[in-house]
Amino acid sequence: MQYLVSVINDKTNSGTPEEQAAIDVFNDRLMAEGHWVFAGGLGAPSSATVIDNRGEEAMFSDGPFVESKEYLVGFWIIEAADLDVALKLAAEGSKACNRKIEVRPFL
Amino acid sequence: MSVADVREAITQAHREEWARVVASLTRRFGDLDIAEEAAAEAFATAIERWAADGVPPSPGAWLTTTANRKAIDRIRRENKRGDKQKEAQLLYDDDPPEPPDAIDDERLRLIFTCCHPALAMETRVALTLRMVAGLTVPEIARAFLVQETAMGQRITRAKAKIKAARIPYRVPSAEDLPARVSGVLAVLFLVFNEGYLATGSGTDPVRHDLTAEAIRLARLIRALLPEDGEVAGLLALMLLTEARRTARVSASGELVTLDEQDRGAWDPALIAEGHRLVRERLAAAAAGRAPGRYQILAAISAVHTSARDIRDTDWSQVLALYDQLVRLDPSPIIALNRAVAVAELDGPEVALAAVDRLADRLAGYHAYHATRADLLRRLGCSQESRAAYDKAIELAGNTAEIAYLTRRRDQLG
Repeated sequence: MQYLVSVINDKTNSGTPEEQAAIDVFNDRLMAEGHWVFAGGLGAPSSATVIDNRGEEAMFSDGPFVESKEYLVGFWIIEAADLDVALKLAAEGSKACNRKIEVRPFL
Repeated sequence: MSVADVREAITQAHREEWARVVASLTRRFGDLDIAEEAAAEAFATAIERWAADGVPPSPGAWLTTTANRKAIDRIRRENKRGDKQKEAQLLYDDDPPEPPDAIDDERLRLIFTCCHPALAMETRVALTLRMVAGLTVPEIARAFLVQETAMGQRITRAKAKIKAARIPYRVPSAEDLPARVSGVLAVLFLVFNEGYLATGSGTDPVRHDLTAEAIRLARLIRALLPEDGEVAGLLALMLLTEARRTARVSASGELVTLDEQDRGAWDPALIAEGHRLVRERLAAAAAGRAPGRYQILAAISAVHTSARDIRDTDWSQVLALYDQLVRLDPSPIIALNRAVAVAELDGPEVALAAVDRLADRLAGYHAYHATRADLLRRLGCSQESRAAYDKAIELAGNTAEIAYLTRRRDQLG
């Protein structure tokens, strides 16, 4: 079972060296224990481009599809036996990156 | 066999077997939705068949077998429609088989799943009442003054989340157990309190169905986790509160406070059972196991129910217990209740000063204003007391309590 673990940013600084070091430790653990699938940090919402090609021609628009104070700043995809395991890992991830986290199952 | 006998047998089987049937089907088919529907169908079938053929010798086994068949029928029907992913979506359980002395009752898994922390509190309450207590969706909707369709959706969404997010169907590991048990107890306490002091103008002031159900579930958890002190504490607290039920509301539908209750109307059997549990926990505390909040609340209730007359109440004991509770749970509501004991020992003036310090945090809580109103009345401050009663009446949700507060206000000189 795979879960998307989204990191929600609600502050202006983009991660301190201490946070990065803690994330590295956490990532190593995910790999060592077989939970790691993928992870990545994202550029600022202002760097996003929305594409809509449902009509005659592709439309491009500048910026994220939804403007909000809280936004996705990075994510993990983890392998976990069930939600209890995923929640425990996510709780540690939240501590490591010092941010709120959302856990959502893949279908 | 008469229709009444069959109905009685079904009612009894429902009370005793519903959770077990749902739990064993959930375990077998890994799907709460299938288990719930098949269990409901099995009970519906029982109404027809038992009337015609008589009540089977083992109603529980009959219901489980029938429900199993219904579940298999449904799965086959759905598989015929090409739903091959069904099995992949099923909840699963990969625990190694538990030793025979371990907690192995199927119903415990069900309770822990329904009270999972990833579900909203109101959802946990609704799901527990449906899956474990066997209340119908309309009954639960009525209990919480929610539209039937909204309650149905809440339960459906919860079942869908349990399945999609793979909330495990198992008793938590020993390391997680204390936190998870306390989550289950919080659900039961909420159900009990809603029954004990029902909110809303359209409902009975005391919902005996809810208090009884909460007690029944607490007894079940107690039977499954006999060593857990807080489980015993919550059960004792509920029993000692329930024991006063008939004395708590007057014939005219007004709340009767502890000092005015007819203590002869209290239920001696429930009190004896509650006191036994409290004594058991006192012995454990003496042996060095620090009591949690439910055990302390039960002990306070035991002091009150030990007094034959309000004047015999050991208030210093009550205050000592509240002091212990405040150290554990510094919530303003505990501080408010402590002040009531302070009033009995040190007088209303000292108590009022303590209550007033809670103004910022409890301004929206009716009991804060009701307590102030009573203390001000005792101090002879009629005008201020009246204003506090007005505020309490405005905020109170329970019809019997509103009636009581209104009479008290109108009696002010």
